[in-house]
Amino acid sequence: MSELKKYLEIGSSPHVTSGDSVEVIMRNVFIALLPVCIFAIYSFGAAAALVLATACVSCIATEHVLCKVTSQPSTIGDWSVAITGMLYGLTLPPDLPLWMVAVGGVFAVAVGKFLFGGLGSNAFNPALVGRAFLQAAFPQAMTHWALPLGDTRFVELPNSTLALPFAQPVYDAVTAATPLAAMKFDGIQAVNRDLLFGLTSGSAGETCAVLILVGGAYLVARNMMNWRIPISIFATVAAITWIFNLYAPGSYATPAFMLLSGGLMLGAVFMATDMVASPITNAGCWLYGFLIGSLVVVIRFWGGMPEGVMYAILLANAVSPHIDWFIRPRVFGVGGGTG
Amino acid sequence: MLGKEVSATDDFVKGLWRENPVFVQVLGMCPALAVSNTAINALTMGLATTFVLIMSGMSVSALRNFIPREARIVSYICIIASFVTAVDYVIMAISLELHRSLGAFIALIVVNCLILGRAEAFASKNTVSRATLDALGMGAGFTVALLWIGVVREILGSNSLFGIALFPDAFQTWTVMVLPSGGFFAMAMWLLLVNWLKNRQTESQAQTQELTP
Repeated sequence: MSELKKYLEIGSSPHVTSGDSVEVIMRNVFIALLPVCIFAIYSFGAAAALVLATACVSCIATEHVLCKVTSQPSTIGDWSVAITGMLYGLTLPPDLPLWMVAVGGVFAVAVGKFLFGGLGSNAFNPALVGRAFLQAAFPQAMTHWALPLGDTRFVELPNSTLALPFAQPVYDAVTAATPLAAMKFDGIQAVNRDLLFGLTSGSAGETCAVLILVGGAYLVARNMMNWRIPISIFATVAAITWIFNLYAPGSYATPAFMLLSGGLMLGAVFMATDMVASPITNAGCWLYGFLIGSLVVVIRFWGGMPEGVMYAILLANAVSPHIDWFIRPRVFGVGGGTG
Repeated sequence: MLGKEVSATDDFVKGLWRENPVFVQVLGMCPALAVSNTAINALTMGLATTFVLIMSGMSVSALRNFIPREARIVSYICIIASFVTAVDYVIMAISLELHRSLGAFIALIVVNCLILGRAEAFASKNTVSRATLDALGMGAGFTVALLWIGVVREILGSNSLFGIALFPDAFQTWTVMVLPSGGFFAMAMWLLLVNWLKNRQTESQAQTQELTP
């Protein structure tokens, strides 16, 4: 019956599909993110697990409720909102109070995604919209970092994690500085090997550069990510930093430190490559990566904050429709050429 | 409704809800977003704007037959600016601190499009009494709207209302609500709510009209 139906049924185009659907791509992103999540939980313990779970649950619940309120079929089945939730959770400090995680998750999906029209219409990466809101709303909590690999990380939670809703978190005495903050404010540069394998403090998922690169390589191998964007970002950051480091090695960090520290790896591989908010053409992707890379260096070197990957990506997201406007492939059948 | 005499109460009431200057006409956004960071700032700005609205509405309406069409905008601005100057001095006399926190936005009432809009669209075409009622309604609607935004921003952003501390110190303040972006968020939230209520209202009206032939 179904075989017969396949030949008899008349439908509109497209008739030939690549086999990739939103679900398939998102499931692969999930696989690529899994090692990063597992390492985040290994490094920061139960608190990171709770942050990730709360982020996912708040994002998925928001999408489901908003779909119901606007009488649309629920779109949580396509995994995209779960990926948003995971990415959002990975960008947060692991000891952030869970109620703040939930607030940011609701904001990310409601304002960053749903108001623009849902999947495929969001101008900005929703996960970063949620994080940017938290950064503006709760700057103290968003710049408080737990030590990695603490002894009691699996048996007890930091005081701040279970802060009551709308209450200020009370922090344990032990705090840490991210490698970038230590560099900016104290001039201490972390060891590259620690940055590579994630033995530093930072956001839940940003510390281990190797696992992020492995996840990115998996997606590139599956042809589900435009490798030009991260490569362009890395090259730009490395080149600009190299010039400044050569000129004044004492006051500017080394290229390797800049590439491996902070959220650059996570942002370049998983955030900047958001299929909706990045340019369409390959040339556009190179330009987009260059823009993000140079903004990251400018914010890190001369900005007030130690880290600027989030703002760099959000700003470049805003520019990406304009990049698409200026870099357009020749329309078929129009214009010059020897054909 | 057509052909029916517009009642005096309607002139007043329309500014409160149906044609609310902030939530429906979306006029006067500059003060609505910039000085609604606390409830007291919002209230002061609302009252000052209301005063200017009423006085300029009355004057424009009284002078409507003397002002030449070609020079009307200039004349309106002159009238509005003189009342704004008066308001500026009054606020300075009442509280210098308040005057400082409102800053340039008192002087900027002159260019509030709500005031010029009402002068052009209503006061210049109607009698003094109707223009006064209209200005009163619009002013009240503007004040209430600003106050709504200001209350949300002050409670979340500063944990207080009209300068009085609300919750215990453990309350986590939302820094973003004091910043300009918080004005946009609070404004958007209220716009969402008002539009949703308005849609429901229209739908239920349409339903009752269908039911009663």
